[in-house]
Amino acid sequence: MNAMGLLNYWFVIVLMMIGFYVLIAQGNLVKKIVGLNIFQTSVFVFYISMGKITGATAPILDSDWSVYSNPLPHVLILTAIVVGVATTALGLSLTVRIHEAYGSVEEDEINEMDE
Amino acid sequence: MMNHLPVLQVIIPLLAAPLCVIVRNGQIAGVIAVASSWVSLWMAWKIFQLVQVAGTISYNLGGWLAPVGIEYRIDTLAAFVLILVTLVGAVVTPYAITSVKKEIDESKESLFYAAFLLCLSGLLGIVVTGDIFNVFVFLEISSLSAYALIALGKDRRALIASYQYLIMGSVGATFIVIGIGMLYVMTGSLNMADLAILLPELPSNRIIPVAFAFLTIGVCLKLALFPLHVWLPNAYAYAPSAVTAFIASTATKVAIYMLLRICFTIFGPDFSFVKMQLGAILLPLSVIAIFSMSLVAIFQTNVKRMLAYSSLAQIGYIVLGISLFTNTGLTAGILHLFNHAVIKGSLFMALGCVMYRLNSVDLESMRGLGKKMPLTMGAFLVGGFSLIGVPFTAGFISKWYLIQGALEKGLWPVALLVLMTSLMAVVYIWRVVESVYFSEFGGSDADEITEAPLGLLLPTWALAILCLYFGINGTFTVLAASSAAANLMGVGS
Repeated sequence: MNAMGLLNYWFVIVLMMIGFYVLIAQGNLVKKIVGLNIFQTSVFVFYISMGKITGATAPILDSDWSVYSNPLPHVLILTAIVVGVATTALGLSLTVRIHEAYGSVEEDEINEMDE
Repeated sequence: MMNHLPVLQVIIPLLAAPLCVIVRNGQIAGVIAVASSWVSLWMAWKIFQLVQVAGTISYNLGGWLAPVGIEYRIDTLAAFVLILVTLVGAVVTPYAITSVKKEIDESKESLFYAAFLLCLSGLLGIVVTGDIFNVFVFLEISSLSAYALIALGKDRRALIASYQYLIMGSVGATFIVIGIGMLYVMTGSLNMADLAILLPELPSNRIIPVAFAFLTIGVCLKLALFPLHVWLPNAYAYAPSAVTAFIASTATKVAIYMLLRICFTIFGPDFSFVKMQLGAILLPLSVIAIFSMSLVAIFQTNVKRMLAYSSLAQIGYIVLGISLFTNTGLTAGILHLFNHAVIKGSLFMALGCVMYRLNSVDLESMRGLGKKMPLTMGAFLVGGFSLIGVPFTAGFISKWYLIQGALEKGLWPVALLVLMTSLMAVVYIWRVVESVYFSEFGGSDADEITEAPLGLLLPTWALAILCLYFGINGTFTVLAASSAAANLMGVGS
């Protein structure tokens, strides 16, 4: 196993850390959701790339091929993508309502208002 | 029909939810919610009886055999938690009919019931399923609807609380997905029973411990173990009363159920507690949680917030029981899981009655309420005593077992801490008692404040009486908890 063979996992980790950092460091509620999305996307990439088998084709029956990629992780992640979309939609609609109620989407300003 | 009970348990509330949206009428939606939650309770009871007789039930979804198909698997622990969740659901829905009218816009009432039922079916799904990816899906169903329910609170801070919960909850859920992915890479299976067989056979490697870490941290975020608890107090304090009562007594408890499933069923007690030393991590965290959160609770002026912090301490007790890793400790954990849900349900519902009349649950505004609302405050008192652990209440029995478990392991400082923090519970409950019973009513509209309506009082007292009943006759809960604990400890050893 050399480093190149694990390249997809390196990308996953980098993407995950970018997303996680944005999620923690940003005080803007919309940017936090962007961070959450990047964080979740890295997991999608992780699942999709782990189903790939070297020298295999897409999992559609074909007489020329005998090795297929594993379709199950892809199917699983379809579910997770749907969940991610729902989370984003809910998060953004909450942000809209927070903006209506406070007139701001900056965390520190909102916290000041509630003191 | 009886064969399909495990799946019907999830499907009935799941189908009732869109029905509530279609009818667009708060009244009818309320009736649908009550009916489906009562049917759920009845089914949970039937399943519990079935498990007592026939042992673990396995149900293959769509006739596909496990591990290829999705399997629903109900053992003693699952049946016990099913009863808890449906019991709270069945008590809170009739309560919600009156409470929600006051606290939520009429146009949103039917949507409230839809979200409520989705949350219920998600929680039930987590309990019945034997497929680990299915757990994630149901977890998100229950969490997303919980975020929406909390955001329905009248105070604008409910929105912030819900947002915070959404961010933390999604991070937790994503951690769980990462863990599941790693397990799948290593074993090629998602079925819990299958994983339990495949995992010990793997050669020693680094991925399984990492997967274990991701899963436990994700779940601990969901169950609000110190220091991953920051989302909880605000979420409980600003959500509508019915929502607080329901979520406080079910959502974190189901997350603890997930923790038990992951540690004991999937990875096996040997791996989790001997090889990974999970107990050594959970024990100090739960001890800090119990002590610091009880301390913070004493200084709260909003009673709902005070109880939220007390919930965090109680979660500490439950996790403490689990971390002891003995039969008695585990029994205490599972017992307290059940008892605390009933106790907190009754307390939050009593506060909902106060909210209904006063529009506030501040300690200051509750002064002299004992004379104005004797029945409501009576229920609060019963719940409060039970929280402290006074003999002949449910809290006493679980704390008794917890102390026994700690002493069995020779951890007498921990046993002492349990006693000491019970005294701290006396302090924060006493602050309410003092304000309610021993000071004059301060409000100007003294004549308008009367006893809460019967629609709120009956469900509140139903749970309060259960607090007393399980304290006097603990046979049902203790037997169920100890057989569930024995079942968990037995796996893999």
